[in-house]
Amino acid sequence: MTFLVTEDRAAKKTVIGRMVVGFAVVIIFLIPYGTMLIGSLKTQSEILAIPPKYLPQDGAQFSNYITMWDTPETPVPYNLISTIVIAVFATLLVLLVATPAAYYTARFKFPGKMVFMFLVIVTQMLQPAVLTAGLFKQMLAWNLNDTWLAMILINAAFNLAFAVWIMHSFFAGVPRSIDEAAQIDGAGKLRVLFTINLPLVWPGIVTAVIFTFVSCWNEFAASLVILSTAENQPLSVALTKFVGQYSTAWQYVFGVSIVAIVPVIVLFALIEKRLIGGLAAGAVK
Amino acid sequence: MSSVLPATNRARRTRRRGTDSQTFLSSLPWIGPALLLILAIVVFPAGYMIYNSTRKISSVGTDLESAGLENFVTIFQDPVLPRVLLNTVLWVVSVVVITVLLSLVLAQFLNKPFPGRTIVRMAVIVPWAASVVMTTTVFYYGLDPNYGIFNHFFVQLGLMDEGYGWTKNAVPAIAVSVVVAIFVSIPFTTYTLLAGLQAIPQETLEAARVDGAGRWKTYLLVIIPQLRSALAVSMLINIINVFNNLPILKVMTGSIPGNSADTLMTYIFKVLQFDRRLDLSSALSVVNFAIVLVIVAIYVKTVKPMQEI
Repeated sequence: MTFLVTEDRAAKKTVIGRMVVGFAVVIIFLIPYGTMLIGSLKTQSEILAIPPKYLPQDGAQFSNYITMWDTPETPVPYNLISTIVIAVFATLLVLLVATPAAYYTARFKFPGKMVFMFLVIVTQMLQPAVLTAGLFKQMLAWNLNDTWLAMILINAAFNLAFAVWIMHSFFAGVPRSIDEAAQIDGAGKLRVLFTINLPLVWPGIVTAVIFTFVSCWNEFAASLVILSTAENQPLSVALTKFVGQYSTAWQYVFGVSIVAIVPVIVLFALIEKRLIGGLAAGAVK
Repeated sequence: MSSVLPATNRARRTRRRGTDSQTFLSSLPWIGPALLLILAIVVFPAGYMIYNSTRKISSVGTDLESAGLENFVTIFQDPVLPRVLLNTVLWVVSVVVITVLLSLVLAQFLNKPFPGRTIVRMAVIVPWAASVVMTTTVFYYGLDPNYGIFNHFFVQLGLMDEGYGWTKNAVPAIAVSVVVAIFVSIPFTTYTLLAGLQAIPQETLEAARVDGAGRWKTYLLVIIPQLRSALAVSMLINIINVFNNLPILKVMTGSIPGNSADTLMTYIFKVLQFDRRLDLSSALSVVNFAIVLVIVAIYVKTVKPMQEI
């Protein structure tokens, strides 16, 4: 009996210890974003005050979230629209080209399949930053420099590999016998894909879509070089214009950042469970 | 529509042969668009970049004439290159090593059951989802010597007498950039290792306990060996990500004049954007690309991602 009680008390102590450590981890990981949120509610003079105060002294300035759309540094509403347009269309393009490729490579053998999958793996390890010098000259030559289309194509191409890879592993998990039964009933490949497979692999598709979207939303390096007009630039590039100025309007930088970050964190949180599965398959980067 | 009839024919043929073999042509409608996108936006610019590195190009991007290997001679004779390469190596090694060590600890912790674990895991995911530029911006603001809130906190804790200009000189600026890079790299790394930990069969841990192995012995001799592939994946992908990282150093060290705080990647972008030397930045990018390809080759060789296909 006494043995059990001490065991129990020790276990309880361990659990409380873990909760304390867990709390500390939460604080550490949220500090920058808490600083961002609180900073976005300060006045300009408060955020540049020496010495600084942790909290806004004149009450929370929610009006910053209205005035931040109009600053001399960068046209923020245009930057938000650019971010949305580029991320949405790049994600749609990825979905359109990656789904059939993932299905086909998971189901069928064909000459050149290994070469294709090898290309996909190499692409997955690359980032726009590695090839920006080439992409810049290419978009100049194609007359696509400083256009959304250029960034949609670049984002789609560099995120395609991950989508193919993760959807491939989901399609491979659907028993082939289901496909074969449908084919015997006379259904074509497209119908088998749409009516049989897609309903079964939708978690994989959602994971691929969210991951692609978040990655396009945050892209920086290629946009920095390819998009030169302020109105065309996404938020990631536009916000760097505030940095290093004499009296930076940090409250606006942080307000815009919060608006840009919160939606993608919610999306990412939705696929949190599946990230572990995807990582086990080596698909996520 | 056109694929409906042949598909049924093929299905019949397939059943007879007992495989799902297809011809390359019939695979094109399925893999063609993806292949085209990769060829046009990944393979072509890579080749084009190599070609451009041997050309003389004007500041507005006009191809003037062949330069042979002159651009490579120029970049290798550039007196700032040794410093840039040294910075790059220090940057990659310090970020990746510390990230992996901290992530090993964090993954181990997040694998243990306790109330509120989901909340902790969600908090850890935040820097992964958030824009690296925006995360770095907060650190830049917080480390300002005058109004920076992190500096102020360090002073109040008694760690420093007054605010320090972390982002004003090369060495401290790189040091705080390393901290930010570790911060944003930990989520991915921790989740990869967590996935690895969850794949370890419970029986092996019990067997170790029955054999009387202590905690550390179990960890080093049973858990770490089984984490090998997760460690390889996370290390190699981190090496590539950190090696090619632009936003952190661009924000943190962007206002430092000269090249004393540059890595290869930030240097390439300075040559491309400020000097407008497309030919030289192409040559530098080719060197960078060659290094990346070596890392990819190591990835393919050690992680063997092709095995699962």
